[in-house]
Amino acid sequence: MTNVNLTLNGKAVSADVPDNTLLVSFIRETMTLTGTHVGCDTSQCGACVVHVNGESVKSCTMLAVAAEGAEVTTIEGIGSAESLHPMQQAFHENHGLQCGFCTPGMVMSAIELVEKNPNPSEQDVREGLEGNICRCTGYHNIVKSVQAGAQKMGV
Amino acid sequence: MPEGSTKDGIGASVRRKEDKRFLTGSGRYTADISRHGQLHVHFIRSDHAHANIKSIKTDDAAKADGVVAIYTGEDVAADGIGGPICGWVVTNRDGSPTNEPPHPILANGTVRYVGDHVVAVIAETLQQARDAAELVEIDYEVLAPVVDLASASEGVQIHENVPNNMYFDFELGDEAAAEAALANASTLVELEVRNNRLIPNAIEPRAALAEYDPAEEAYTLFTTSQNPHLTRLVIGAFMLNIPESKLRIVAPDVGGGFGSKIYVYPEEAVCTWASKKLQRPIKWTADRTEAFLSDAHGRDHINKVKLALDENNRITGLRVDSLANIGAYLGAFSVVTPTILHTPLMSGCYKIPAIYTNIKGMATTTARVDAYRGAGRPEATYLLERVMDAAARQVGMDPAEFRRINFIPKDAFPYQTPVALQYDIGDYEAPLDKALEMIDYKGFEARRAEAAKRGKYRGIGLSSYIEACGIAPSAVAGALGSRVGLYESATVRVDPTGTINVMTGTHSHGQGHDTTFAQIVADKLGVDVGQVQIIHGDSDKTPFGMGSYGSRSLAVGGSAIAKAVDKVIDKAKIIAAHLMEAADSDVVFADGKFTVAGTDTEKGFGEIALAAYVPHNYPHDRLEPGLEETAFYDPLNFTYPSGTHIAEVEIDPATGVVQLVDWACCDDFGNLINPMIVEGQVHGGIAQGVGQALMENAAYDENGQLITASYMDYCMPRADDLPDFKVDYTVTACTHNDLGVKGCGEAGAIASPPALINAVIDALSPLGVTDMSMPASPEKVWRAINEAGKAQAAE
Repeated sequence: MTNVNLTLNGKAVSADVPDNTLLVSFIRETMTLTGTHVGCDTSQCGACVVHVNGESVKSCTMLAVAAEGAEVTTIEGIGSAESLHPMQQAFHENHGLQCGFCTPGMVMSAIELVEKNPNPSEQDVREGLEGNICRCTGYHNIVKSVQAGAQKMGV
Repeated sequence: MPEGSTKDGIGASVRRKEDKRFLTGSGRYTADISRHGQLHVHFIRSDHAHANIKSIKTDDAAKADGVVAIYTGEDVAADGIGGPICGWVVTNRDGSPTNEPPHPILANGTVRYVGDHVVAVIAETLQQARDAAELVEIDYEVLAPVVDLASASEGVQIHENVPNNMYFDFELGDEAAAEAALANASTLVELEVRNNRLIPNAIEPRAALAEYDPAEEAYTLFTTSQNPHLTRLVIGAFMLNIPESKLRIVAPDVGGGFGSKIYVYPEEAVCTWASKKLQRPIKWTADRTEAFLSDAHGRDHINKVKLALDENNRITGLRVDSLANIGAYLGAFSVVTPTILHTPLMSGCYKIPAIYTNIKGMATTTARVDAYRGAGRPEATYLLERVMDAAARQVGMDPAEFRRINFIPKDAFPYQTPVALQYDIGDYEAPLDKALEMIDYKGFEARRAEAAKRGKYRGIGLSSYIEACGIAPSAVAGALGSRVGLYESATVRVDPTGTINVMTGTHSHGQGHDTTFAQIVADKLGVDVGQVQIIHGDSDKTPFGMGSYGSRSLAVGGSAIAKAVDKVIDKAKIIAAHLMEAADSDVVFADGKFTVAGTDTEKGFGEIALAAYVPHNYPHDRLEPGLEETAFYDPLNFTYPSGTHIAEVEIDPATGVVQLVDWACCDDFGNLINPMIVEGQVHGGIAQGVGQALMENAAYDENGQLITASYMDYCMPRADDLPDFKVDYTVTACTHNDLGVKGCGEAGAIASPPALINAVIDALSPLGVTDMSMPASPEKVWRAINEAGKAQAAE
């Protein structure tokens, strides 16, 4: 067991976890924030994307102990039902989600994409989301959402 | 079409009510649910495609840290546990029934595919269960696998009661008439196509959490299901012998299904069974590789097609002889998918006087194959739309014109096909014309020439499809071998304050029912969409329903809701008439208000709702208090969406990469309730079809090992593989449901693969290429180009 201390959605958290605990398990099971999902075991699908120190990370690929001292932000930390983040709002307005399972990872990847490229072209978005798989939408409306979200974020 | 009475009623692109919980991480999927004291189960699966189990040694594992129980097939057999059942069987050509082998939930003596469930290890933590599984020793006697579909009948027999590895041998149509047409054909077109095997890959892996309440002697199973009541029926009545009233199935938010979550799987039954034995909640979540190995796969046909044309290039006959790979066991819809959902579609949108089709369902030592988005109809559309292009090429006609002259004309409806179905309505030229315009078909040759200057091969391909969905009329389904009804149910409960709860027997796993169904209710009652709450996915809360698949939710489930709302209105009118001291027949309901014709007397819907629950001044002699109605709706026919999809591709001869550069489609889904949601369904369906045509392939090696068992090996469509899609509609309203709707969930997946492959072949046609199998991977395309080049050079 190792004691892990990090900042999760702005709050300091601490827990003793087995050394081999993945960051995604720490978030979902230890901290019971289940908005971050697990869709594969090979870091391919992107359902588990969170931000670690502002960078999008597949949290199934990182050990919790490796996030010691880090600022971790999950989908629960970027907006609320009463006050959606502009990217969440853009996904809602542009029907950028269907079953919702890939959505948290998709939104987290999209936010980082726009933070790095405030005015992405359609091709920029398509290439930027290459690490997130969606089986429902055919991506058409996700791409529209991210471009609309970029305008709303006005980075 | 009912009049839209609110701004967010029928026909409005209302933004989805369910979005916020998904966008904020508040969605509640099965794996998100935990129970105090829960145990975790890990399944040891067969490493072999086909083997006898000589022994299973669990002693060391049983002593490992945290292990609570280890179960094998012997424990299952000792408790008399049944397996998942086949929900629909057919009669063979010779009059004999489908061969149905047993399907034990943990292998009993023999394993029949890689991934077959052998041992359940249950421990305090998942890690402990996995670690203990390493200590279980299984001694196998390896048997010969049966992997190749074409030669499956010659392989070793997989099940005792399935001779020649053939589950069924089904035929439909008039063989003599079809043979006569082929014999007298002016042009005979022959084609063999392979419909590649796919893995559905909902992004949420399957999961289950079962708990037993000794006080109530009742079970609750949270599970990733598209149809909780069917799951209850199968697990309760056929597998674990639990009274239905003592088994509650909850399918909470479900992260996509595409067919793969229709069926009851062994894991769900093991969790439920063990929850009572161990008196602890039992949780299981598939990892992705388990999903690849053990989810029901889709498609996997070999189809031999013969098409006869007369001297005017009109189709006179069609014969299709097929093999369907069903895999190691029969799933719920394994038999119906390649038979009843496939062979009656052979007429497509075309007037074909004589049709005969035979399909044999074969057992192989691979995962079971069952309904996957479109289920039988994509396979029919693929072979038909491929042979339509081959025929057009053979007679030198434009493929659009060749389709046009063979369409069933719009004045021919209702149209009885020679393969059982009667199409109620359609107009196939309208969507063809619109789609041709959307993609600028006329300008294509200029684009081809321009691409050629850049060294690229450019091609265009069409697919005009019809599907039979909104399954189904129960009586027809029953006559054709279904063991269940296929109606749908709804309860509309109006609260005293006028808010409305709708309990539906369908299940939403991405389709947006919370919104679409609320729009129907809001429209009919003249209330705000926000006042309507849709409740689904809990067998304790909703009336018995058949769930969601086969594009049935709106056409069948939506119609049940509309019927229940009509009953509410009928009752409310009598209450209103009483309160307004008017005759029932003088009361008119519109825009949420009851008025007495010719007067200014009116009562709001909310006032009537309150009166129903505070019945002080009430027509007690005529009505019971309360305002809640239930309706079951069983349709009279399937619905028949249709349309044309057109793909345009560019191929780089250096790499063989097919770039999808444009897509236009025009579908006729009847009336649309929420066009935004419909468009999303079309996009997603096309993407899955593009996946099948260009990327996806479930590949087993000769030993029966699945070599595409992760996202590293199974190529899923990603954002940069797809273009924007141009989507539009024409409308012929369904004639036999009040909403005039047909269904839209599967159309994209049905229509798109042949459009794409036709486009690839068209692009390579200057080289003399006339065939391409799915998926048209860069390697295959590159080889086709180079082999054609060599052949041309040799000439």
